Amino acid sequence: MQQVFKRPQSLKDVQTHFCPGCNHGTIHRLVADALDLFGVQQTTIGVASVGCSVFLYGYFDVDVVEAPHGRAPAVATGVKRARPDRFVFTYQGDGDLAAIGTSEIIHAANRGEDITVIFVNNTTYGMTGGQMAPTTLVGQKTSTSPYGRNKAKDGSPIRMAELLAQLGGVAFSARVAVDSPKHLMDAKKQIREAFRFQVEGKGFSFVEVLSSCPTNWGVTPLEGNARVGAEMIPYFPLGIFKNQGNP
Amino acid sequence: MSKRLFVKGNEAAAMGAVEAGCRYYFGYPITPQSDIPEYLSREFPKLSGEFIQAESEVASINMLLGASACGVRAMTSSSSPGISLKQEGISYMAGAELPGVIINISRSGPGLGGIDASQADYFQSVKGGGHGGYHIPVLAPNSVQEMYDLTMHAFDLADLYRTPVMLLGDSVVGQMKEALVPNPRPVRDLPEKGWAVRGKGGAEQRVVKSLFLGDGELEAHNWRLHAKYQQMKEKECLSEEHDTADAALLVTAFGSLSRIAHTAVTMAREAGLKVGLFRPITLFPFPERALAEAAGRAGKVLVLELNTGQMVEDVRLSVGAGVQVSFYGRPPGAGSLPSPEELFEVIKKHYVQAPN
Repeated sequence: MQQVFKRPQSLKDVQTHFCPGCNHGTIHRLVADALDLFGVQQTTIGVASVGCSVFLYGYFDVDVVEAPHGRAPAVATGVKRARPDRFVFTYQGDGDLAAIGTSEIIHAANRGEDITVIFVNNTTYGMTGGQMAPTTLVGQKTSTSPYGRNKAKDGSPIRMAELLAQLGGVAFSARVAVDSPKHLMDAKKQIREAFRFQVEGKGFSFVEVLSSCPTNWGVTPLEGNARVGAEMIPYFPLGIFKNQGNP
Repeated sequence: MSKRLFVKGNEAAAMGAVEAGCRYYFGYPITPQSDIPEYLSREFPKLSGEFIQAESEVASINMLLGASACGVRAMTSSSSPGISLKQEGISYMAGAELPGVIINISRSGPGLGGIDASQADYFQSVKGGGHGGYHIPVLAPNSVQEMYDLTMHAFDLADLYRTPVMLLGDSVVGQMKEALVPNPRPVRDLPEKGWAVRGKGGAEQRVVKSLFLGDGELEAHNWRLHAKYQQMKEKECLSEEHDTADAALLVTAFGSLSRIAHTAVTMAREAGLKVGLFRPITLFPFPERALAEAAGRAGKVLVLELNTGQMVEDVRLSVGAGVQVSFYGRPPGAGSLPSPEELFEVIKKHYVQAPN
């Protein structure tokens, strides 16, 4: 009998704490697949952020440093400078990366640090109970925008993949989604591309992954995926915004 | 014998870091410590080191966290307002038990304050400046030589106890030039960094973290940290005494002010007053026992500080109820420091008031 599907070696054989329908588990798997593909599990140092993604070390069988909220790109900078021969990635949510950690992500990207950033955008603060995030869509109700995000007062959601693509140090920037099998296959491909940039020493690579948060959105898992397609993708278009390599 | 150099205190600290084997610096410009990053931005490239002028103090302390997690000797430096920004990272490093050296060439505050020499950051430095109830060793040099020697010592303490260590100076020790004998780094027996992340390489996963959610985990972690602080108090207190054997009044001062206090104490001795000087070199751990002994002999302590009274609290806690403790200090203003004559007058006043 031939085994055609198995758990990636870089992923531990444990249950996650993620809510039903949450996409973190899927995204973890895609990242682990890419670690396996490039054979870097044994030379990887991951940087965990604060939020639902904090337990990175509980699920990935790689060395991990836990960063303060938003500071993962600065921590990863220190790691990569100290161990330039290691594969270094951060895994951050939208509150972490696009609000409290805006300065750190922009400058790590601008310096062209040879790291890969996986940015999970689910338009809300998941761990703290569904508050308004910098990526919350206009009109979206959250626990701190009970009347819906007000563009006049709260501003518009930030498109990080496009924003970072403007910076000289960024070699690769893409946005993907995991709401459908088709998008998931493309997400897998772009995460691999991002990893390839670092493996080949080509500079900073960034993948924004649109993700569902059914618990805090107050919807079912299927409705969550449907919302990603119907509401998020129109505002956060999928695609590659920068590709300075020639893969 | 080493050659003698004539250098600034800040440069001496940077040289001490290089001699200690530090090759990673992350910082942000702020007066009056910018000589440190300037020196290291020049020297580290020649030594295959890494120098990053970060986007902020917050980023630089977190770069230090990341580099330190890999087991290398790394540092940052700043001055008071910047050190406030670093407190988040210092707390995380204390929690994750990461070594690292933080040099604070402090200035006066609060807020933007001014760049005058000040000792107003004593509380922030020794009482755990960030959240969560931790301590870090704090070393207070009072000369260019000590800026060099204590920086090297700071790296050893950091590795020995797996903790951030702060060197607390001010613009006087940072900016003044004195003779420096750049002695080679003392050889110390330091533990292996078996905790550092390195990429598993087929071995056990290593995780550097300060989040402990398991039942009882965080309490146990805090008791372990507490035990470490107790051990520091046992083993790492440093202080210096002048003329304390027969002193009837014990003057206590740290850092740059201790230099002026020393001159004032010498003036008092020349005037026939039995005055001695006790200088804490480690502010945490505070040299309680040595101070209590010297203070017990004198019966009376005068604490001098460049603030409105901070270390005096630790002095009171150290010496017990039988010893009279008085305080003289002032926040710096218009670039002025107390002169030896001013302190001599204060000493005379307190000496005359002595009951014996």
